[in-house]
Amino acid sequence: MKRLYLLFVVVLALAVVTGAVTGCKKKGTTPFPASAAVAGWEKSSETRTFEPKDLWQYIDGDSEQYIQAGVVSTSTSDYKYKGQLEAVVDVYTMSGPDGAQTILERGQTKDAKTIAVGDQGLQYAQSVTFRKGPHLVRIVAYQLNADTSQALVTLAHGVEGNL
Amino acid sequence: MTSRREFMKEAATGALVLGTTKGFGVTHGVDSRKELKSSVVIARDPGLHGPDGKLDAARVSALLDRAISSYTGHHQPSDAWKRIVLDGGAKDKVIGLKTNGLGGKGISTHAVLVFAIAERLQQAGVKPGNILIWDRNARDLQACGLTINTDPKQIRCYGSDVAGFEDTVETWGSSRVRFSKILTRECAMVINVPILKDHSMSGVTFAMKNMYGVVERPQDLHGGGCNPGVADLNAFPVIRQKIRLTIGDAMTSVYDGGPGFRPEHLWQPNALIVGEDRVAIDQIAWGILDKKRTEVGLKTLESAGRPPLYIATAADSAHALGVNDPQRIKVIEV
Repeated sequence: MKRLYLLFVVVLALAVVTGAVTGCKKKGTTPFPASAAVAGWEKSSETRTFEPKDLWQYIDGDSEQYIQAGVVSTSTSDYKYKGQLEAVVDVYTMSGPDGAQTILERGQTKDAKTIAVGDQGLQYAQSVTFRKGPHLVRIVAYQLNADTSQALVTLAHGVEGNL
Repeated sequence: MTSRREFMKEAATGALVLGTTKGFGVTHGVDSRKELKSSVVIARDPGLHGPDGKLDAARVSALLDRAISSYTGHHQPSDAWKRIVLDGGAKDKVIGLKTNGLGGKGISTHAVLVFAIAERLQQAGVKPGNILIWDRNARDLQACGLTINTDPKQIRCYGSDVAGFEDTVETWGSSRVRFSKILTRECAMVINVPILKDHSMSGVTFAMKNMYGVVERPQDLHGGGCNPGVADLNAFPVIRQKIRLTIGDAMTSVYDGGPGFRPEHLWQPNALIVGEDRVAIDQIAWGILDKKRTEVGLKTLESAGRPPLYIATAADSAHALGVNDPQRIKVIEV
């Protein structure tokens, strides 16, 4: 009887811990919006993820500044807007918000426009960069047309909602 | 492969100067101080990009012809290319075109230039199957707008991810590398087709830095602002001897935030930079990037704390890869 009681307690504890952990994860496990989750945007490639030691495979020597800023994981995926505008979304998860802020500010130029995405967001004609907690997100479009600016902001909000 | 000791002996005795004793360019020669002078051709066409922002293929071909004719002194492009193939020791052998697609779509070697080079090679008698367009992997090639093709009867296009790397680790100075089998086994001669970019660590990435894409673990060569990594890597005999000509893509470039695609720092120099002396080419490229940076109010690369020190290292007596002294570089603008 005592054994049965102990087993019940262990199972109950596991259930509570599991529930607490999954409850902490917001919405889903990926920051990348699925196709049509954001109006007009289709996810056009598989998500690729790089550990810090492999980040050079994706961004060559640029990886060093992310490693120094404490990058823990990097994920990337391609997107298409209305079948024409191509873009890439990079999500760098740092060990803390400071690292994300360091990278965001390092790349800032006088052309940057501040936008309300995440904790801090910057927009250029063909790109949006923002940070939220330990995450730094860069969204870059390969073409510039009348829709580019607003479409990127919309996608940025979609990513932000998943972080 | 020649050992470092053997190479140093050859360099010291003058057997190897600027990578080759017999160049393709007509302007190689001595200047008033009886010193060897390297030529670099910068060919420009302000109308290279159409109103839609896309490159005009016909103008790119014409620009390539102008650059190669100026460099070699041959008025007919086919004559110039025949000479390049013959002097490169590549008659009836495989000629590689090493592109650079690491920056992703938007800042990779343009396919239209690669196709133009391949077309001229064929007009010079090179069989399609003896032209091999290559880079690190399929993704990099696709970023250039190229399609993977392994059919031996056609122009081939694939990466080192398909061909693999040598088992042997080669050493030169600080470099310990395993070379792509495309370089060591398949190509008799390689034409380097890099794209001009700012680089967050090395300052400039162009002719010599593009060789990071021919080894298995380039990340090991990034320390110290890629110095002496870039110079040491280019000093390997297999690179020195097989990379005979650089046709640098400076049609689009990124002057800050590189080597990735940074549309906010994108610019169109609308130029091709051609030569055999990879050090001289990078020295000129450094000047072009700095000029643009200054124009837009950015610090020069040196002031920004990332001068491309590897260029001087490549020119030193230990490496003897070329000249970085502007007085010894003849820039031909056409």
